Parts: sequence; structure tokens; C-alpha cells
Amino acid sequence: MSHPDPGFVSMSFDSDTQRKIVSHQRTWSPYVDNGGTVLALAGRDYAIVAADTRLSVGFSIPSRNFTKIVQLTDQAVLASAGMGADRQYLHKILRSRLEIYRYQHQKEMSLGAIAQLLSNTLYSRRFFPIYAFNVLGGIDANTGEGFVFGYDAIGSFEKVKVVCSGSGQTLVQPVLDQQLAGRQKYDVPDDQRMASLSLAEAIELTRDVFNSAAERDILTGDALELYAVTASGVRCERFELRRD
Amino acid sequence: MIETPTHTTEPIVTGSSVLGVQCVDGVVLACDTLASYGSLARFQRITRLHQPAPGVVIAGGGEYSDLQQLFRITDNIFRQEFCQEDGYELSPRALHSYLARVLYGRRSRMDPLYNSLAVAGKGRFLGCIDLYGTAFESEAVATGIGALLALPLIRKQWHAALAMDEGVRLLEECLRVLYYRDCRALRSVQVAKVSDSGEVLISEPYELSNLQWKVAQAAEEV
Amino acid sequence: MFRSQYDTDVTTFSPQGRLLQVEYAMEAVKQGSAVVGVCSATHVVLAALKRSFSDLAWHQRKIVPIDEHIGVAISGIAADARVLTKRMRDECLQHRFVYGDAMPVGRLVHLVADLCQKCTQRISRRPYGVGLLVAGVDESGPHLYQTCPSGEVYDLVGMALGARSQSARTYLERHMDEFSSASREALIRHALWALNETLASAKDQHLSAENCAVGVVSIGDDMRFHLYEHEQVQPLLDACAFPKSGGTATETSTEQAPQNVTDSDEHHDATMQQDTP
Repeated sequence: MSHPDPGFVSMSFDSDTQRKIVSHQRTWSPYVDNGGTVLALAGRDYAIVAADTRLSVGFSIPSRNFTKIVQLTDQAVLASAGMGADRQYLHKILRSRLEIYRYQHQKEMSLGAIAQLLSNTLYSRRFFPIYAFNVLGGIDANTGEGFVFGYDAIGSFEKVKVVCSGSGQTLVQPVLDQQLAGRQKYDVPDDQRMASLSLAEAIELTRDVFNSAAERDILTGDALELYAVTASGVRCERFELRRD
Repeated sequence: MIETPTHTTEPIVTGSSVLGVQCVDGVVLACDTLASYGSLARFQRITRLHQPAPGVVIAGGGEYSDLQQLFRITDNIFRQEFCQEDGYELSPRALHSYLARVLYGRRSRMDPLYNSLAVAGKGRFLGCIDLYGTAFESEAVATGIGALLALPLIRKQWHAALAMDEGVRLLEECLRVLYYRDCRALRSVQVAKVSDSGEVLISEPYELSNLQWKVAQAAEEV
Repeated sequence: MFRSQYDTDVTTFSPQGRLLQVEYAMEAVKQGSAVVGVCSATHVVLAALKRSFSDLAWHQRKIVPIDEHIGVAISGIAADARVLTKRMRDECLQHRFVYGDAMPVGRLVHLVADLCQKCTQRISRRPYGVGLLVAGVDESGPHLYQTCPSGEVYDLVGMALGARSQSARTYLERHMDEFSSASREALIRHALWALNETLASAKDQHLSAENCAVGVVSIGDDMRFHLYEHEQVQPLLDACAFPKSGGTATETSTEQAPQNVTDSDEHHDATMQQDTP
């Protein structure tokens, strides 16, 4: 089959394209901010990955049901805010990479390895960044403890207990910090970190902060998709948010 | 040194909004028949709807030459599918995904196809793609200025039991609003209906009726 | 030994109009251990006999999952098979990436066939010495295909490749009327019965959880390819009720193969009585 190559997993750009990247940045931007808020939160034996489903372009909302989350394995879920098209591309290549890993190693990729893979994937586009702000959540296959990873657009990442990205970040992150003060810190012993926060409480907190963000952030709203990762698998829930 | 542009940096001849709505028995697409050259209503009887294969219709706004190129690309891929002779046919959803990859690939090469597309197909498929390659499926779609003026109207009127004929009337009403408000819209429009089973009906261009300009007269009298 | 003048390269026809190198490649397929494929109106089953080249080695892989909905059984040069299966996986992933959709089985098989064919028309290339049985489902239902080193493709209801596969084909031919309406369990039993025919009676071989693999894919809600290996195969083997391998296992078991494999209990009793020492 000889369909025109629509740019499958092409990570490098020819010199002509690079010249265009430099010379046309002023006239046309390849980027668009589609907004949205993503959040990941980990407890002792669970992780939550949540995102709203609004797709915004400026002041208009082309879609109220545009998922920002992809389930990568039974133990890892990724959510990305930022540009819709870049997110779809990133999610697609990550799924392909994981499939290749599955074939080559006859097992699922571990959460830590996925975190590093995502970082490498983002960094491979260091000079033409993938405009997506990722949070990755899951549970460690060995210990069963939940962990989340927060990223910038070019691959810097940090292993934490709770993180928020996207248009509602400035509204949500301070609340999380206040509510969960100290619990995401690594100077606290392992068994105390987030240990007192149950999954049900964490879901309640997530719903509250998304409802709050939807009140003030016009790019966040419509619905909340929430993936709860536990040892028994991944559960997806959906809650309505304000639609104005 | 002046470089000759080899790629679209800004659109020259443009089509305006495209509207689409999912109905209980199929999908309806609608758009006007104008391609503007800046503010000049340059080409008034062009078609922005295209049927590349049985059961699929695509419609687009934005740079008209790029749109024609996209129509050629879709024709080509369906021709190649036909030549495989294996009975498998590309679903509207697969075409939608393919076109999203094409548009995303072009934007990633800094050489975008300056269009936003609506893809309608059998099995009640309605999808939308913009020039960045953002692709999604939705029960109501409007591109260009229609996203601001028409989409809220379609969403307000939309319900799960909407029949295709009602859908046509709804989109006509939206086109009327666009003709009133969008300086790059035209009175001459085309509507495409794709039934669940894949029957496609693309109307000839026709003029919108029941236009009301009394407000303009009232404004003059004041 | 007689050597032909016309087999030094792959692109030279013999005066009889044959491409000897390509035919030799087809012979390589027969060197591999046996694989069997059967297709019903709803399911496709692959069964394979796994060899280990030494007592110190694990058994080789014979059935390879390609994508969610496709798996292949290989016979011939395993290294060549690895190249082809890798390519098939990449094509399936690419198809999913671009179209967001599973690759049609026929498309994939013809792609492999074209790849094989290219090797028969270039002097600098060697044909792939491997035959594949490709099992998969798509919109048009379940499919079983065979590819050859020559680039030919066959659309099949049943086939066996590899060493001593003729007896399995004989079994399949005798029972092919039963395939199209067979249940999942019945089809697996047919595949394993056919595979059982290929065992070397002299070496006192028998199918075991260790040397046998089964792949199943079906239409319906779960269109995924399921691979059963090691301890997962044992229940499938148990359901088959093979005669305990005797002196002329191949001959007798062909005769004993039940007309309707579904009523295995009855058959189980019969064979047990016969073979209990």
C-alpha cells in the first residue's frame, strides 16, 4: 500500500522544515491552546487520574466531550492538557510504543519505565515541543503503592503524590497543597504519606477541586472523567461539571 | 533576500462556515457555495461538499485550493482502496482518522492545509477536523465563524429524536443567521444528507428563502 | 548427487519453467515442526507442535500474536519468520495509528505475500524460507490464510504445514464438513487431533503442555487473539482424549478419529478401553 505517509512517528525534521519553523513562527503558529485541566493524585494503594472533557478554541467550545485521558496499561493512566492535536498524537505514539514493548518483552511496561519513556518522547521534540502538559498516575507493580508524575512540555518530570496541570493549575494546585500539606513530601516516612486519605475521600476532593476550577476557569468544564487505578484494575467514572 | 513561499502562510481564497448535525436517521451537512477573495465574493457557485465514496461526504472551509487538494487526497485513497479489490471498505471513522493524520502531519511540517473539515458518513458518523489536526466526533459541528454563531443554535435545538428533514431545516435556519451576520456568507447554499444505510443526497445549490431585512429598513428610517 | 544447472540463483528459470531456488525455499517450510490451522464460521484455531533443539533448550515459539485480532503460526526458518512477524506487527500498528482501526486480515497477508514475492525476482535476494498460517478476524468474519516463500497466498478452511503434515491434512480433509458449524471447543479439538496425526510414532511422541501451543480468535464481542501455552494448554489437551500412543499411532488414530468430535465422552471411553494395558 502506498498511501501518502501522514507522518507516522516522525521525530526528526528535515532542514527545510526546520527553516520553516524558524522563518514562519511569526506569521503562523503551529500551536493552539485548547485548555483543560488535568490532575493526578496518589494514595497508599491507589492513584487517581482526572481531567475535564472540554475542548476550547479561544472563546468557543467545539466539543464538550473530548477525552484528555488514555489508559496505557492496567497500572498506568495518562492525562494531558494543552493542545488537542498534539495530545492525540502523543497518546497514539505512546500506545504504539507500549504495544511494541509488550510484544518484545511479553509483559506490561512498569510505571517507572513509562514515566521515563514519556519524558524521552517529549524531549525528542525538544526544539519543536509537543504542546501537552502531562500527568501520569499509576501504581507500582512491586509495592502496590500509588505514584504520580508531573511533566513540563519538553520532558522534565518529577515523581510526586499529587499534581495538577493545564488551564486550571493555578486554581487547583494551591488547594491541593493546602489540603494535603506535607503529604506529598518525601521527608515524611513512606507509610505516613497520604496514608490517611482513602480512595473515596480522594475522589470527593478531586470532584470538589474540578467543580471549583469550572467556576472560575472558562477553559475547564462540561464533564469530569476520573480514572481510579488500584491493584484490581482501572475504574473509570464520569461526573458532570458546569457547561457554561 | 526574498524567499518564494512554498507553503500556505495565510489563506487567500476562502470558504466560510460548514455546519453538520447528527439526526436519528442519518447525518446532515450544510454550507454555502461561496469562495471569497478577501472581502470580494469571488467565486459564487463553487461546491464545498464532496462525496469521495458511497456513504461518505466531506465538507470544508478555509483556503479553497487546499480544500480541493484534500478532496483529491480523499479521492486517491478511495481509489487505492478500490484497487485492492478485497471487499473491505474504509469506514467514515477511518477516513476521519486518516485525514486528521494528514492535517496534523502537514501542520507539523509547518506547511498546513488551511482548512477545517466536517466528515459525515453512514452509521450516523459526524466528525470534525481543524487545520492543526484536532479531530473529534460530535452530534453537532460548526466550523469557522459558525462555531460562534451557529453552534450554540444547533446545540439548543438538538435532541436525540431529531429527524433528517428537521435537521435540514435547523441547518437552513443557521445558514440564514450566518447570511445575516457573516460578511463572507452567501444566500446560495447546499445541503448533504447521509442516511444510516449510506444513501447520500447532495442538493443542487439553492437560495435561502424567508430572508427578513426589515430591520435594515428600520435602521435607515431612524 | 545430481545438481541442477538452474538453481544457482533465484531468478533463473529451469527449462521446465520452474524456479528451483524458490522451490527449495518451499522445502524449508516442510522442515519445520508441524502447525495446523482450522477455520469455522465463527472461530479460527491454530495449533502447533513445538520442538526443542536440545534437551537443554526451551521449546521454540511457534505461534506469534501479531495484533489484538491476528496471530500466526510459523513453519520453516524461525529467523526469517521473526523478520516477517515483526513487519506484520509494525504494519498493524501503523494501520491503527493512521486509521484508528484494526488492520483487515487479508490486507496484511497480501502485504506479506508481496514481500515474499519481491525476493523471488531479485538476484540479490533470498526467498523467505518460512510458511505462515495467519489466523484473524475482521469485519468480514474469521479468516485463515497461508503464505508461501513463493509469494502465493491461500484462503483456507483448514491447513497443516511442516514436518509430517500430510497426515494432518488427511485428517482435515476427512472432517472439513464439520468445521463450518463447529463450536470453539470442537474446533480446538479438531486442530489438536490433526496435530496429533503428525507425531512420529517411532519416537513415542505425544502432545503435552510443553510441546504444544494453541491460538484461538473468534468473532463477536471478544475479537482478540488468545494464545494458550504451557499449563494453559493442558485442559485443551485433556478435552481431546487422544489414544495413548501405541506402536502405529498415526495409522490407528486416523481411523479412530471420531466422526463427530463433539461427543468426546463416548470416544474417551472407547479409546481408554482399547489402550489400557
